Amino acid sequence: MHSRLFQILAFASVAAIGATLPAAARDFTVVAGGGSFQALQKEVFFAPFAKDAGVPVVDDSWDNGIGILRAKAAMPDGGWDVIQVESEEQQIGCDEGLFVELDTSRLPPASALVPGSLSHCGVGAIIYNFVLGYDATALKTAPKDWKDFFDLQAFPGKRALRGSPKGNLEIALMADGVAPKDVYATLSTDAGVERAFAKLDSIKSSLIFWKSGAQPIQMLSSGEVTMTTSYNGRVTNAVRNDKKNFGLVWNQSLQTVDSWVIMKNSPFVDLAYRFLKDYQKPERQKLLPAGQPIGITSLAALKEIDPSVLTDLPTSPANAANVLQLDDRFWVDNTDALTARWAAWSGQ
Amino acid sequence: MHPHETWRAIRGYALVIPVLAMLLVTFVVPLLEVVRTSVTDDEMQASLPNVAAALRPWDGQSVVPAEASQALLLDLPAAAPQKLAALGRRLSYEDPKANSLLRLTAQRLKSGATNLAEIDGRWAQPGTWQMLKRAAGPYSSFYLLGAFDLRRDFGNGVKDSYETGGLYRNILLRTFVIAFLTTVCALVLAFPLCFFISQSSSVIQRGAVLIIMLPFWTSIIVRTTAWIVLLQDRGVINQLLEASGLINRPLPLLHNRFAVIVVLTHVMLPFLALPLLASMRAVDHRLTDAAASLGAGPLRAFWSAYLPQILPGLAAGAMLVFVLTLGFYVTPALVGGPADQTIGAYISLFTTGTGNWGLASALGLVLTVSTALLLALRQTLTGFAKDQGAADR
Repeated sequence: MHSRLFQILAFASVAAIGATLPAAARDFTVVAGGGSFQALQKEVFFAPFAKDAGVPVVDDSWDNGIGILRAKAAMPDGGWDVIQVESEEQQIGCDEGLFVELDTSRLPPASALVPGSLSHCGVGAIIYNFVLGYDATALKTAPKDWKDFFDLQAFPGKRALRGSPKGNLEIALMADGVAPKDVYATLSTDAGVERAFAKLDSIKSSLIFWKSGAQPIQMLSSGEVTMTTSYNGRVTNAVRNDKKNFGLVWNQSLQTVDSWVIMKNSPFVDLAYRFLKDYQKPERQKLLPAGQPIGITSLAALKEIDPSVLTDLPTSPANAANVLQLDDRFWVDNTDALTARWAAWSGQ
Repeated sequence: MHPHETWRAIRGYALVIPVLAMLLVTFVVPLLEVVRTSVTDDEMQASLPNVAAALRPWDGQSVVPAEASQALLLDLPAAAPQKLAALGRRLSYEDPKANSLLRLTAQRLKSGATNLAEIDGRWAQPGTWQMLKRAAGPYSSFYLLGAFDLRRDFGNGVKDSYETGGLYRNILLRTFVIAFLTTVCALVLAFPLCFFISQSSSVIQRGAVLIIMLPFWTSIIVRTTAWIVLLQDRGVINQLLEASGLINRPLPLLHNRFAVIVVLTHVMLPFLALPLLASMRAVDHRLTDAAASLGAGPLRAFWSAYLPQILPGLAAGAMLVFVLTLGFYVTPALVGGPADQTIGAYISLFTTGTGNWGLASALGLVLTVSTALLLALRQTLTGFAKDQGAADR
């Protein structure tokens, strides 16, 4: 009788210890930007990857911000393995040692990828633009650049901007007549920052701010705003799928690359490398633009894209004629000070 | 004491050990950690230890000590990139160009340069060294002063960080104003509602409590989003008003202070209504009857016999609403404009957005301490009122 009880207790304690072992505690976790694009990523990449590798893949989503990555990196295991980060998050996180510094021999060669896709700690996931999106029903004439975005007389109605300085200061300077190539030289001076905020001040009473990428389209749809900054894919989707009468302006749009990074404290580094490599397979990447109007990083896949689809892509020559590349180095050095400045300005 | 009683006392205390342990783990320890983070300023200590040591004895006004620049020549090329990045981030809170200054100087020193002033003219300016001294740590008042828009100015005590006036001071004041207005609006709505319910039959009472509780069980995001549908330019209210011809352009109902107060009042109402209703139901009506029979008019009877009986429930509910609203930021973020964001939004921004945990902790501490002071003030005032009441009798 006693020995039976002992057996049960021994079994129970072994089971309890087994349940707390870290390796068994969670599955490989991929974190991306959420929304319909992540649903597509899941279909095109995550699910086939899980099948090929024979492991469960959990996909989580986040709203970006280096702070949460620092918090995750400060834990023994933050629960995230591979994350789609914005370009300056890649730079900061890499500087601070939050991510694995990539061994390029374990990745596809740089010659197979769109230039700029490979960075010290990241491999390009998507190329996309912040564009001016507008409600073509509410506006009698179509806006053609950021100058029009700041013209309250000719283009009445409220406007929405992302509630953080990145991109908005560049937009304000271009609206004030600075050529795209001179934007960062201007913004690197105190006078340039003042000029950008003064320009934003001129339409402040007509501005509202968005936080997550779904909001701009929702604000356009509800009539809350007539113009907004938005990711190009969200506007094209609203036109394509929801038959909205919206337009978008490629001229002076801001281009950026999101990268996949591996958290340094990930217990799945080998699997993560495999994920990064598999993501660049042309046969998978070519499926993306048909579902979502987004720039892809595999050169071989880009050649196979249908011309009718190409017109909605940031990588089409016509759309890429006059765009500004977001400058990571600038944002790495200025992100904290300008975020505080932005908080002060927007809260006044 | 009898041994039996001692044993009972120990057993009594043992019962509250889990509660005390929980308080310790979920409240005392995190709060101490917040205090520690708000005064920790150790990035320079970790990356440039000799510079930090050389700058500490300096008064910040006289000539910059030669040991400091000697130490910089020694420390900067040897510093781990990760720790230097952390220091660059800390310095960028004061000057965005400090990060690139550090990084480029480190590169030049590694490639053989030895003259700091030749590498960058800023090394010859005392302002650069004063900025470094402010970060010499390992503990400093930098973040706590920052939470009040102040910074240390050597020889002149403290000065305002922003020429345009207060940033966080204004946000803190705004947070208290929003919490106060929400509490007043909730009181105005809850008082007649609870009075009506407490006078009704038990069937109506049960139904009414259910109606108060139903939204309480719904997610705050859902309730707030429902208000967006009602208040937006092409929302239900504006479309009804336009269809009826009362207005010809939409009223600005969303993304302003009005929307924040309306939605917060709705979200917070149950926290006030439930304790208030409980105390109204417990009112001894013989006292109001007695007051009336002794010649008091309805107002006097209400003031002297009814109000004192419900005051505990009223005060508890109002305080609950006030304190909860102070820390609330989801609703203002969704329905408010940039000038309606509460301090919680900035604590969240600096915690998960930019990772400035020092400032986030300092702001959190300021909010916690000011709330605690307010609660203590209330306690003193009610204690005073009770004493006064006793003296009257």
